[in-house]
Order: sequence, then C-alpha cells, then structure tokens
Amino acid sequence: MSFRSAVITFPGSNCDRDMADALEKISGTAPHRVWHGDAALPDGLDFIALPGGFSYGDYLRSGAMAARSPIMQAVIAAANQGVPVLGVCNGFQVLTEAGLLPGALMRNAGIRFVCREVKLKVENTQSLFTAGYSAGQEITIPVAHHDGNYFADAETLDRLEGEGRVAFRYAEPVNGSARDIAGVLNAAGNVLGMMPHPERMIEPAHGGTDGRALFESAVRGLVGA
Amino acid sequence: MKVRVFVSLKNGVLDPQGRAIHHAIEGLGIHGVQDVRAGKMIELEVDASVTDAQLEDMASKLLTNTVIENYRIERVQP
Repeated sequence: MSFRSAVITFPGSNCDRDMADALEKISGTAPHRVWHGDAALPDGLDFIALPGGFSYGDYLRSGAMAARSPIMQAVIAAANQGVPVLGVCNGFQVLTEAGLLPGALMRNAGIRFVCREVKLKVENTQSLFTAGYSAGQEITIPVAHHDGNYFADAETLDRLEGEGRVAFRYAEPVNGSARDIAGVLNAAGNVLGMMPHPERMIEPAHGGTDGRALFESAVRGLVGA
Repeated sequence: MKVRVFVSLKNGVLDPQGRAIHHAIEGLGIHGVQDVRAGKMIELEVDASVTDAQLEDMASKLLTNTVIENYRIERVQP
C-alpha cells in the first residue's frame, strides 16, 4: 500500500524539497506538492508535512500569514479529523499560529540566528512520529532558526509534560525554550511540531541518519512496513 | 479614518530584543533607563463603516498572537 503524503509550499518555504525528498526516499512514494493558494488537499492523505523556511518573509510574526492562508483551512480540518501533520521549523511556527499546537515560538533568547547540529533527547516514544526511537535516546539533528524559543504559560507547560506531549527536548542550550522544549504533540497525538530538521538527517551524506526513524515510524505506523 | 493598533509583549514574556536595545542605549552612554520592551504599532486606514468589533477581530485573530502579546486599539480623530 502506498503512502499518500503532501508537502505544503508557502511563498518563502525553502525546506519543502528536502522534506519531499525525505518522504519519497523513506516511503517509496513521492508526496503531492501542494501550493499555499490551493483550496483543497488531495483526497485520502496519510500524512501532511509543513516544511521549514520563511513563509511570507516572516511578516508580522513567523508563521502568522501562512496560518491564515487558504490551504491551512484544509490542513486544520484534516488535522482535526486525525490526519497526521508534521510541522518542522517554520512549519512548527505555522502550527502554533494556526492553533493546532499550544504555545508560541519567539525570538531566540540569544538574539542570534542559530544554525548548527544540536543534541536532542527523545521524551515520548509512544507517538506515531517517535515510536522508532527509544526512551531517553539522544539524537543529533540540525536546527536553523531565529524564532525557536518556545513559550507557553506554566499551566500549559505542566499539562504538556503531564500528558507526555513533549516529544523532544534540547539536551544543550540552544534558544532559551521553556523547559528546553524542542517539539510538542497535540492532545490527540496526530500533530507534531518541532524546530529541529529531521529531514536534513536521513542519509550518511547529511552527516548522520538520526532523522530517519521519525519518518520510518510514521510510514510503518500508517501503511505497515 | 486612521486606526492604530499597538502590540506589546505580555508581562512575564521574555523580550530579548528589548534587552538588546537596552544594552545599545547604555552603549550610547545614556544611563537611567530601567527597562526596555519592544513592540509594534500597526496603522490602518479604514472606512467609517468598520466597527469596533471588526477592529477587535483583526487585532485578536491576526495582528497579535494572544498567547504572547497584548494589543490596544486607538481610533485617531482627524
């Protein structure tokens, strides 16, 4: 059974090709490429990816304009029906702006754009996206962002931790994120947002393969091995 | 009619940009500034028919992210 996925491209997205490449290499099927102005998603999708980049030039706030684009209404509806959605970097910012994930991503505490490999700790291994990792596993994945400083009020952070919705934490100082949160899940577990880029770590030429397990978990979980 | 929407970070939300500006002010040799918070002001030119409720909608649904920001709407009398 083939894996039906879609990668959404906004004006200013720049990791959409990497995301599509990772999905094709790992699932064996090329994803549909969907433009921000499209009104509808292809039918019967197993997986939707919101890639990194600087949609709409980060105008107003990172992800703010993209979250209100025509295609996002369809993505929000699909997510609410249980279709898995992965948002990486700008995609994570779009998911918080769209209200699919709690919290917000603010300017890095150190002001500077951070672009390097970072160590992450896998906190949740029960989700569709993280089942291929072992609990507490330390992985190396690159980040490249200016607004990755995760913020939510204390009550929300407690709830996220209590419900096992922190998927990844930074294992080193990166951007000032509350409780070192690098990736969070929605309550139903079908939406994951994360600042690090797993699609940039899927083959040895990338310098590592720690991102593979995320896509492999999703493909295995959705269409079988 | 001109409308101004002032967007500011909520209390308790760390403002690294404000901190950097504060630092730069001290670099000018000016002392006595206790704190700096950076926000933004968005100016709109609207028809008289645009209601306060519509302005609230714009401010709360798009112009600000209410997780981290507050807003204040001001109609500028000509």
